[in-house]
Amino acid sequence: MRFGGLLAVDGLSFAANKGDITAIIGPNGAGKTTVFNCLTGFYRPSSGTLAFDRGGKTLALERMEGWRITRDAGVARTFQNIRLFTGMTVLENLIVAQHNKLMRASVYSLAGLLGLKRYRDAEGAAVETARYWLDRVGLVDHANRLAGTLPYGAQRRLEIARAMCTDPLLLCLDEPAAGLNPRESAELNELLLAIRERHKVGILLIEHDMNVVMGISDRIVVLDYGKKIAEGTPGEIRSNQAVIKAYLGEPDA
Amino acid sequence: MPLRNLLKDSAFAALVALILAIPLVGFNPIEGGKVEMRLNWVIIAVVAVFIGRIAIGLVPRRSRAVRAAPRFAPMTSRHIQWLGWMGLVAAVIWPLLPFSSRYLVDLATTVLIYIMLGWGLNIVVGLAGLLNLGYVAFYAVGAYAFAISAQYFDLSFWEALPIAGALATFVGVLLALPVLRLRGDYLAIVTLGFGEIIRIILLNWVSVTGGPNGINNIPRPTFFGLPLAASAPGGGTTFAKFFGIPFNPGQRIIFLYFVILALAMATNFLTVRLRRLPVGRAWEALREDEIASRALGINPTNVKLSAFAIGALLAGFAGAFFATRQGFISPESFTFQESATVLAIVVLGGMGSQLGVVLAAIILVTLPEFGREFAQFRMLVFGASMVGIMIWRPRGIFSNRTPSIQLGAPPA
Repeated sequence: MRFGGLLAVDGLSFAANKGDITAIIGPNGAGKTTVFNCLTGFYRPSSGTLAFDRGGKTLALERMEGWRITRDAGVARTFQNIRLFTGMTVLENLIVAQHNKLMRASVYSLAGLLGLKRYRDAEGAAVETARYWLDRVGLVDHANRLAGTLPYGAQRRLEIARAMCTDPLLLCLDEPAAGLNPRESAELNELLLAIRERHKVGILLIEHDMNVVMGISDRIVVLDYGKKIAEGTPGEIRSNQAVIKAYLGEPDA
Repeated sequence: MPLRNLLKDSAFAALVALILAIPLVGFNPIEGGKVEMRLNWVIIAVVAVFIGRIAIGLVPRRSRAVRAAPRFAPMTSRHIQWLGWMGLVAAVIWPLLPFSSRYLVDLATTVLIYIMLGWGLNIVVGLAGLLNLGYVAFYAVGAYAFAISAQYFDLSFWEALPIAGALATFVGVLLALPVLRLRGDYLAIVTLGFGEIIRIILLNWVSVTGGPNGINNIPRPTFFGLPLAASAPGGGTTFAKFFGIPFNPGQRIIFLYFVILALAMATNFLTVRLRRLPVGRAWEALREDEIASRALGINPTNVKLSAFAIGALLAGFAGAFFATRQGFISPESFTFQESATVLAIVVLGGMGSQLGVVLAAIILVTLPEFGREFAQFRMLVFGASMVGIMIWRPRGIFSNRTPSIQLGAPPA
């Protein structure tokens, strides 16, 4: 990915396996969020391919529009600076995330306007899905509150719940533990592991909190200045010389 | 505020007053094209401002936190619903009230046209967050669609109503397709230009629209085919003859009033329903955060397009009604002033609030009527009330939003 004269991500190649938690780490400005933005259609990579396997079919994400990537490929994301619909309630946030499913049920809003059973059932099911995820992230009691009035940690959890309501195959989380206290990030670990185990959803994770990264990742990819400098299991990364150099610098001779 | 600062502040206010007062009250044109200087008036104005500013400063200020607190209990959605029903009952019995006159019913018809336009624009601006400054264009298209189809194809109001709506929607989509990638101010500028383009086309396409002369003799709506007139064309039955009552020109006014009431209520029903549907929630989500909406798989183009199209449709209906009510239309009725008034109604009422639009429309339409005797101060009162509302209720008269769905509540 090139921005004018700046090569932000340079010849990066890695694989995130189905149902795995893959972490992308690296110092600030290494190009982690740029990778995410390419993957979710916010940027169009200057060259290269992003192949995504869905039910045996390979989709070329780099050629799809952002909203299609979520709808058709099943890639959902959260943002580094939380982007909730702050003026809408917690529940509405989760219902909006099920837009495409409900839109189909409402048949161009006609069935919905007439209040047909078909639409009412779909809406009931959507509320149940929302209730399930609210329960998972511990926000059921706040369902009717405006999302913007939730405390910071709860907003982070709600954003993950909202992404899960789009029924994804791959969940991309951009620094989900940023600003969380140790207890909250331990809860986050549990939530992410449960998403992998119970819902068979793969997770791609950008994170600086090493407790989270080392605790739950199956594989780790390390970026520095847009290039991949290491890839492997948490154990391998921990002892990798190139990674230590990128983070801490070289020892004085 | 310490006295020193207060004096400084008041002196500054007096200076501003001086600058404004010299041209505004100081110059008095007298006969023979001469201008007389009224220095005493200027001095009175400046002194009044100076003393007034000190007086305001001396009144002990309540803390901001206290002032921000609501003075009365916030309205719940149940209160608002109750108010809405009361309003509807009042609207239905309005023409039958003892004090109601031809003038009052006619005024209420105008208010209802603006309520309908306000509700239509509310979808575009209040819900979807797309600032549209050329809303009057769709209103004009609806009005001309009916006027032209009546003149050239002899269609009646009820036959032409769907055509007017369809044409306005078509024009709305046509405009929306290229401009929806624009946001905020840029969208506002393009829609502003579009409104003017439509008006200028109407003004210059003389062979079809009659240009500045407009279109005359637009047919009135009939009551299931029965004209509300003294005599029917070709000796047919009139409304009055059919029901065996004496003809009265007021009947037509009242009938028009009920037609627009029905159209407006249909608009309201549609909006309230749509808001609880996925498309309505997507409008609001897009207003809140377009990037997040896209990340949830919502196609922003389609969602914006639907908001624009439905807004245009409703304006088209309102336009057709306007044409049939006036019996005569010309491009003069569709200036930017109209767009601005409708937008002011939406903003004053509280973006996205149905009842707020009603109140704001009543205020903005009747205010100039009350001011007829002192016509020169009309705009002053208008501006002052706008400023007042923006100070005391910056988010509109009704700024609270009812959630479209609630957990634990029965589905509506």
